[in-house]
Parts: sequence; C-alpha cells; structure tokens
Amino acid sequence: MTADLILEARQLRKYFPTGASKMLQRPTDVVQAVDDVSFGLRRGSTLAVVGESGCGKSTLGRLLARLIEPTAGTVILDGVDVTAARPKELLALRREIQVVFQDPYACLNPRHSIGQSIGTPIRIQGTMNKTDEKARVRELMALVGLNPEHYNRFPHEFSGGQRQRAGIARALALQPKVIVADEPVSALDVSIQSQILNLMESLQQDFGLSYVFIAHDLAVVRHIADEVAVMYLGKIVETGDTNTVYGSPRHPYTRALLSAVPEPDPKASSRRQRIVLQGDVPSPVNPPSGCRFRTRCPKAQDLCAQVEPPLVDHSGGHLVACHFPD
Amino acid sequence: MTDANTIGSPLLSVRDLQVTFGTREGDVRAVQGVSFDVRAGETVGIVGESGSGKSVTANSLMRLNFGADVKITGQVLLEGRDILAMSEEEVRSIRGRDVAMIFQDPLTALNPFYTVGSQIAEAYEIHHPGTPKKQLREIALDSLAKVGIPEPKKRIDQYPHEFSGGMRQRIVIAIALVNSPKLLIADEPTTALDVTVQAQILELIAAMQSEHGSAVILITHDLGVVAEITRRVMVMYAGKVVESASVDDVFATPTHPYTVGLLRSVKSLETQRHSRLEAIPGTPPSLINLPKGCPFHPRCAHAASLGGRCNADEPALQQIGRSETRCHLDAQTLARLGEVRA
Repeated sequence: MTADLILEARQLRKYFPTGASKMLQRPTDVVQAVDDVSFGLRRGSTLAVVGESGCGKSTLGRLLARLIEPTAGTVILDGVDVTAARPKELLALRREIQVVFQDPYACLNPRHSIGQSIGTPIRIQGTMNKTDEKARVRELMALVGLNPEHYNRFPHEFSGGQRQRAGIARALALQPKVIVADEPVSALDVSIQSQILNLMESLQQDFGLSYVFIAHDLAVVRHIADEVAVMYLGKIVETGDTNTVYGSPRHPYTRALLSAVPEPDPKASSRRQRIVLQGDVPSPVNPPSGCRFRTRCPKAQDLCAQVEPPLVDHSGGHLVACHFPD
Repeated sequence: MTDANTIGSPLLSVRDLQVTFGTREGDVRAVQGVSFDVRAGETVGIVGESGSGKSVTANSLMRLNFGADVKITGQVLLEGRDILAMSEEEVRSIRGRDVAMIFQDPLTALNPFYTVGSQIAEAYEIHHPGTPKKQLREIALDSLAKVGIPEPKKRIDQYPHEFSGGMRQRIVIAIALVNSPKLLIADEPTTALDVTVQAQILELIAAMQSEHGSAVILITHDLGVVAEITRRVMVMYAGKVVESASVDDVFATPTHPYTVGLLRSVKSLETQRHSRLEAIPGTPPSLINLPKGCPFHPRCAHAASLGGRCNADEPALQQIGRSETRCHLDAQTLARLGEVRA
C-alpha cells in the first residue's frame, strides 16, 4: 500500500484462554476474539469497525492502543512498532494514541473533579506544572463545549453527554495523533449523539486527528466513517470505502446487517427487502470450520465448510472474504 | 366482551395519568397528565429519550411502580375498569392474563433457578389453576415452538443461562403470550439485542400479534423500530406527550419542534457522509426542577419568537391536521414545521 498510513494492524490475533479446566490438566479452550486481522488507517481519516456483540471489535480497539497484549501480530503507529514497545516507551506512545470509552460514567473517577480527571494524562506524563496543567484543562474543556467554570464539579453533576465530552477532552489532553473511540455514542440519547458526533468531526478537522471508530450502529458509522471494516466472529469479512460498502455490499453478512437496520422512515422500511438471518452468532470458542458465517449464511455451499475464504480485493480496495460474493 | 358498555369503546383508556416519586432531593414528576386510548388489536408506539417518562407510563398500566414514595393519580381503564382503583388481588388476576409485559433485559426477566419450561407453565397455571401437569408441559412445548425455539423438546428443560440473548427474549415473549393477553406492553424489547436479532424479534412480535389479535404498546427510544411496526405514535418529553399522530404523519409532517429536532438527529443509512448532523442543543430538563411553561422551551429555537409565552404558560394540545401537538406556535406555523425538515 502506498497510502499514508498512520496506524496499521498486521495479522493481529488475540486468544483468551477460558474455562476452569486447568485443574483437570486439560489444555484450556481459547476464545479466538480477534483472529488474523489486518488493516490500515489513513492519516486524518476515520476507519469504523462494525459488528455485533462478541465479534471482537472492542478487543481489536484495545490491542491497537496496547491496553492488552496481542497473542500474535503487530501494530504499527506512525512507523513505530507498538507491540514491541517496552514499558518506558509505552509512556511516550500514549501521547500518540488515546482511547474514548463507551460508558463515560465508568471511565471517570467519581471521587475526582472533572478537571482533575481531564488533567490525569498530563500529570502522568509529568510535562507541565500545576498552573499550566489547570490552564490547559480549562482550554480543553472549552474546546469540547464544557464550561471551564465547572472544573471543580464531580462526574455525577454532569449529564451523560457532558461526561462524554469530558472523556473526549481527556483523550485530547496529550494532543494524540490517533483516537480509538469504542462505542462513544451508543450510551447516549439520539439528540445528544449528534452533538458528540459533530464535536468529533470538528476536532478531527481542527487537529488532523485520525479515528478508529468502533460501533455497532451502522447508521452512525455511515455518517462518520471514511472507511469501514465489518467484523464477524473475530475476522474482517468485508472492508472498503464507506460509500462502496454501504452502496454495494458484497458479503452476505454485510448485506443482512445493513438490511436489518430499522429505517426511521415508514416509507423506506416498507420499500426495502429485509434479509432476516436465522439463528445466533456461534461461540467463538469453537468457530465453524471454513467460513465462520456459513452456519447462518443463506448462500452456503459445501465448499464453505471446507475452505476458509480469504479476504480478496474485488475492486480498488473493496475487500471481501466470501466464496460466493454478491 | 360484547356488553353494551364496551362496544366501540377503546380497550385501554388512560386519563390524566400522573406519577410522582418522592426523593431526598425533591419530588420527581416522572409522568404529568398523560392521556391516550388503545383500541383492540392496535399497535401504538411511545417514543422518547431517557427520562421522558415512557417506561414509568408503561409500568403504571400494570401498576408496577413500586416504592413507598410513589404517588399515582388518574385513571387506567381496561375495558372500562380502572386498574389504579383495583385491589392488589384484582390487579394480580389481570397481570399476565389480560395485560402482559416484555422487558428490555430478558435475563433479569427470567428466574435463573427454574427451567424455561416451568416458567412458561407457571405463567399459564396461575390463571388456570388445576391444569394437569401433562397438559402444562404440552402448552409450554407448544409456546416454545411458536416463538421459534429450535428443538423445543430438548430446550424445555434447560435454564435461562443456556440460551442466547435473542432466544431468551423469545422465551419472555412465549411467557407473555401464553394466556393470549388483550394487551401486550413491550418496553424496549430489542434494545439489548444485536440488529440481526432485533429484526427477528420484531418480526416475531408482529406475527404473534396478528395470531393472538393482541393490542401492542411498544416503548422505545428508537424511531427506526417505531417506523417498522407501529401504526400510531406518541412522542414524550419530560413526562408529557408532546405529539401524537399516525406513524406516517409523524415522519412526513412532524408538528412539534421537539419531534422535528428528534427526527433530524436520527442518523439513517441514507444520510450523507460527513454532513453536519442536526442536533438539539442542551440536555433534557431535570424532572425535579422542571422549567416553567413548556418543558422544551430552553432547547427550542422557536421560543424566542413568542415573546415569553413559552416560559410562562404551559401549552395545551392543539389539533394540527391529523396530529395533536402541545405547542404555543400557531397552527399554520406548526403545520409547516415538517416541510423545513427535508
């Protein structure tokens, strides 16, 4: 790839051991949460990772920021191998990549004032004195639409949307290049969601930020992402430019996922043909052989049970992992 | 029922429902004067954001608002009988038989210590005491098959934790429908589920409704879900119904400024990438310290144009075309609010 990539994942894997079988001296089962995932994030753009619960999208986000250690594979951030970074180097790395979490209440210390929480990354880095830190925090608060006068208030005095603004301010404190946002708006009401999405977009323009946007809401993703990667049971099944993937999805799972989104327009929803998938997502402990989607796929053939379909480029960066793409 | 009193009258009639919770910080006025009718077999949606009072309204219909400091006034007439005036015993005879409920989280709605079969059987037996064990099992098996649980003969003796989220919600639906209730209240029935499973459950609720002929009240924050399966919709804000209309009218010509804002904030698969999203400024008000006048006025773009009326008087319901709207703006302006939307 010749594009200017700020963040790259190469054959990332994360297996979690599971079960109490250690006592029985059996090899433990493993959950293949992320299995052989590769992608690139272009500088200044937004890549959305979408999928249903258990598809591994949040695990992927944590791997990218190295909040957890990968089982295999590498993450390259602006030319630096994140996965090889030693603890001391990690501190410097955190200046480059930050995370915004789903639940803004759970990620703010209830005993710290909002100002203290936003300033935490600065204190950990030890790059500013107290006065400068306070000034910087006030600046950040204004930037994300919080009243700097509220520096000494506590998280419970803020609404969900305001707390998420604080979470974003904290992520911006060190002026990172990349922000991994894990379901940043899914806990918020629709009218507030739009405020936060608008904020994220204007911050991206002002600071040239690159986003990895993890979400299950396909309508939100349609709006914010330049590129999208659809995950199913730990693997990327389709990825490409957002307009292309939404306009002409080729993987049967992507097609079903898009058709399942309820349209907020009675005319559109009666017009549309819905593909209702049968059954549930299988367990990631024992994923189906061959193609992992085949047990729910309306097009599955014998081949799908035997051979795992590779992620193949179909046209200009539109990658699909299916033996029989549409 | 076909006696003279009920012919042509609605199945459910809610009149001036008010629910207040006493807390240390003050009275939380969760529902303030909600009135609506539901006819037999009809599907009505109640939409609103968190704190709008939609779930409290739903719970009041079955008198499920517990706690020492709850004050409920008004009437909830089910076929002419006021549920709020009934004895606890009478209410119990209605719960699960005439009115049943589906909750958001199917795992907490099921008892982890009993098999799903026994929980379905229990729901039937309570209202049909003395039913033989064998027949109860048949009924449970039949219910499981109807809601699309594969291998019901094997699954009937399993416990809730052995099922996925979608399957559990199917079981909750089986329990709710085992007595063929006249009214089914579904409170965010698909919010905890993935979209592909949500599509399955919405399809199931619609199919079950046409089979049993139950009326359905669907409570949700998701306008997409409302558009999918309801005919009529009420929009709630800060404990009040601010707009009530048919689904088609609400989406085509919304008449309340809040509804218009809500529809503009909704992201659809057809929105353009990177277009700036319309957002409603500010946040919903505290239900302890409600603003004077119209509760939406601090966030409303039209409030300034009405010279202080919005923060002084509470607006009454106006009839605008086929919609009812609680707003001070004049009828002509309200009828045109939706046009600006496109």
